[in-house]
Amino acid sequence: MATHESHKKRSGLMDWLTTVDHKKIGILYLLAGGFFFLIGGLEAVLMRIQLMEPDSKIFTGELYNQLLTMHGTTMIFLAAMPIIFGFMNAIVPLQLGARDVAFPYVNAVGFWLFFFGGLLLNLSWFLGGAPEAGWTAYAPLSTVAEDTGVDFYVLGLQIAGAGTLAGGINFLVTIINMRAPGMTFMRMPLFTWASFVTSGLILFAFPALTVGFFLLMFERVFDANFFNPDMGGNVLIWEHIFWIFGHPEVYILILPAFGIISEIVSTFSNKRLFGYSAMVFATVLIGFLGFMVWVHHMFTVGLGPVANSIFAVATMAIAIPTGVKIFNWIFTMWGGQIRFTTAMLFAVGFIPTFVMGGVTGVMLSVPAADYQYHDSYFVVAHFHYVIVGGLILGLFAGLYYWYPRMFNRVLNETLGKWNFWLFFIGFHLTFFPQHWLGLMGMPRRVYTYMSGQELDGANFVSTIGAILMGAGTIVLLINIVISASSKYATTKDPWDGRTLEWAMPVPTPEYNFAQTPLVRGLDALYVEKTAGNGEMTPAEPVGEIHMPNGSILPFILSLGMFIAGFGFIYANWIVAIAGLGLVLITMFLRSVIDDHGYHIHKEEVEADIKGGRA
Amino acid sequence: MKKWLQKGRFLSLFAMLALLLMGCGDPTLSALVPQGEVADKQFQLMLISISIMILVLVVVFVLYAFVLLKFRKRKGDESTPKQVEGNHMLELLWTVIPILLLIILAVPTVMRTFEFSADAKPASKNELSIKVTGHQYWWEFEYPKEELITSQELVLPADTKVHVELSSADVIHSFWIPSLAGKTDTNPGDKNKNYMWFDTGSKTDVVYKGKCAELCGASHALMDFKVRVVSKEDYKDWVASYKATDGKSSANANGQQVFEKNCLSCHAVGQEGGNTGPSLTGFGDKDRVAGILDHDKENLEKWIKDPQEVKPGNNMPKVNLSDEEIDAVADYLLGLKLK
Repeated sequence: MATHESHKKRSGLMDWLTTVDHKKIGILYLLAGGFFFLIGGLEAVLMRIQLMEPDSKIFTGELYNQLLTMHGTTMIFLAAMPIIFGFMNAIVPLQLGARDVAFPYVNAVGFWLFFFGGLLLNLSWFLGGAPEAGWTAYAPLSTVAEDTGVDFYVLGLQIAGAGTLAGGINFLVTIINMRAPGMTFMRMPLFTWASFVTSGLILFAFPALTVGFFLLMFERVFDANFFNPDMGGNVLIWEHIFWIFGHPEVYILILPAFGIISEIVSTFSNKRLFGYSAMVFATVLIGFLGFMVWVHHMFTVGLGPVANSIFAVATMAIAIPTGVKIFNWIFTMWGGQIRFTTAMLFAVGFIPTFVMGGVTGVMLSVPAADYQYHDSYFVVAHFHYVIVGGLILGLFAGLYYWYPRMFNRVLNETLGKWNFWLFFIGFHLTFFPQHWLGLMGMPRRVYTYMSGQELDGANFVSTIGAILMGAGTIVLLINIVISASSKYATTKDPWDGRTLEWAMPVPTPEYNFAQTPLVRGLDALYVEKTAGNGEMTPAEPVGEIHMPNGSILPFILSLGMFIAGFGFIYANWIVAIAGLGLVLITMFLRSVIDDHGYHIHKEEVEADIKGGRA
Repeated sequence: MKKWLQKGRFLSLFAMLALLLMGCGDPTLSALVPQGEVADKQFQLMLISISIMILVLVVVFVLYAFVLLKFRKRKGDESTPKQVEGNHMLELLWTVIPILLLIILAVPTVMRTFEFSADAKPASKNELSIKVTGHQYWWEFEYPKEELITSQELVLPADTKVHVELSSADVIHSFWIPSLAGKTDTNPGDKNKNYMWFDTGSKTDVVYKGKCAELCGASHALMDFKVRVVSKEDYKDWVASYKATDGKSSANANGQQVFEKNCLSCHAVGQEGGNTGPSLTGFGDKDRVAGILDHDKENLEKWIKDPQEVKPGNNMPKVNLSDEEIDAVADYLLGLKLK
């Protein structure tokens, strides 16, 4: 055990730049992801304004393509995933009864890589134009584009993706190794289970994307010819690589939402989750099948009826474990006492919306009919039902649910209900008519449509819906501002929770549990509420707590990658080498500086416990 | 399949759905108003899958509504609900029933997927072969047997099975005529040629709308084309007159001179001219200028004057012509008529 104390308390901005505390990194992820969510949402509203009327000329051609590319890319990589990582960081270690994640330093590296990657990508708006080849960046459209947009896309996402991969590995190790005594795998809350499976998917899916990005980067920066048919390349290589990553990505996104919904439905029905083991099994099965279905994004590419049929049936199979989840949620509420808080409203809104997205998914799995749906607004409607109606409603639910734990305040319930109804009604108004638009012959990713094709009405309704969704989001922002300017106003367990994150005082001590708790069953806190004294039983005596020191190195390392990214985009090798050099120097410093962290003394911990702070 | 449909208990639901969806949209564009055999069978598949899915939705929504109404927390009720672990019977039920429903869906799915697949197949008698090539942002149609090349407007005889070979000259596009058949991508490179077939339906003298369905650049939204289906006799006449026509079919000699000097290197008329741009043979009979604008002289001049203004990112250069020359070329082009 290290005896020297090298702990410096940092404050203000420096504290946030150097933190390795999973709770603070969770907040950073949430803030950065939330910021990108607003940018992506703004891009969506601009597109809907352009499409409000036929032959409109507000955002046309290249500019519109930049908007659609950045909307998709930002929402998936820079908004949805970071917000998920925000909740995983803030909640998973608490639900496990752990001190922190397994590698706090790597955790900070993951966040800053994501942040600088996202920043790099978005700077493209001011430096010669954003990428315009779609978030899928199909070659050769992405390889022949002459401006630097796609270079920003490749380098920005490559850097952000490295952060995501680091984060995924970190959570796998954390969940396998750092569970409190008694927290067996089959006692883990569903959100932690979903985080576990999602991290596994990240581990296998992101390397495919990394390889794809390297190929695309070499093709653009060093004139390689992987996708150039004139030089013996093949454009379909990119499509396969992209979707081998891209389909699991859909489940990387939605599984944590399933986890959040499971927690909330159970808590606010005051019942344990119906069919817990089936839910776990379904989560794992969905994750597994998620790797077997990527060709359903490529039915019209011409892979032949055998490939199309196999992948069609595999895709249909995913509906079965997903259906199991839906029925289990409904039967969790069956016989319960449902409390309609805002978090529960979002969860309850999620269920039918997600089912609608799911059934159109099954329809899309029929290749012969998909030839009509593919790349039309029907697909746009489908994946927004799944990602917005599923994932985003789930994230809103999670935000209202865990806000007191993360920020020590509750969000206002009245504003919360306004937020829900505006967003929910706006969502259906936006995307329901789009099913019809697609079937009536409107392709996706078009910046305009001519009048006289009977597409005007549905497009108009859709834009009105988008504005309502925007209004709902603004209500959320107001709610957050109001709560931020109010005082601490929460008890440690505002929702009568069932899992470990509600068993600690407010604010959560930096070391989490003063004494690692003993877990005696599924819904660990609920078990103590019914069979014990309502408090977790400690599994260890009060002792010294070993904590990691904060470090500015993750920030500098990511800054180095950011600089190197610019070097590669502009083919300026001095800048590229300088950036990579900075990365290597930080790695070297990290290796040679012996940092044993610091200890919180037994007396301090005892004082915290006495004072109700731990 | 048909028998199952006739006897099936979904029949009434099926009929209601068909009524609800049918007639939705523009009858020359909507996949919900199918006009040929392939689009028709695709519409049937949609109806089958929507029926099964609506069945699922109804079950879920009814259960869901019941639960939300019945099990709200009542004021003053402080009892604890029974903590239920699960129910093997129920869980088995909602695993097995979806499996059965999906099997019902999978059978016609696989059948039709094989039926619609196509290889390189020479057209037999009464059938037609065409080669489609996607360009940024226009479509080239080649009739190998008839030995002619057209652009933007695909003329086809009614009641005919059409074999299509698809490729691209630049990036990936996707060939889609919702009224007649679903889409197939046009990939660049000889290794990734695609094949499809469709049936032109029984209506004659009708112009269906075709679209590009894969993001292909700044003017992807404007990459429309037309499919004109005519009677078999009219088709024969059209082929004969198309082959017989040349650059002299227009009366405007001045315009012809300007055209031959400035435009012919990219645009063919009759047997002469380049193939970088769309063939302009019989331009006067076409439906649209640049595939999107109304077919009149004003629009044609607007297009020649500044092609980027109309279709951003397209490959047609701004040719340095005086207003008089543009006027003459426009007259010349609009005078290019078949027969």
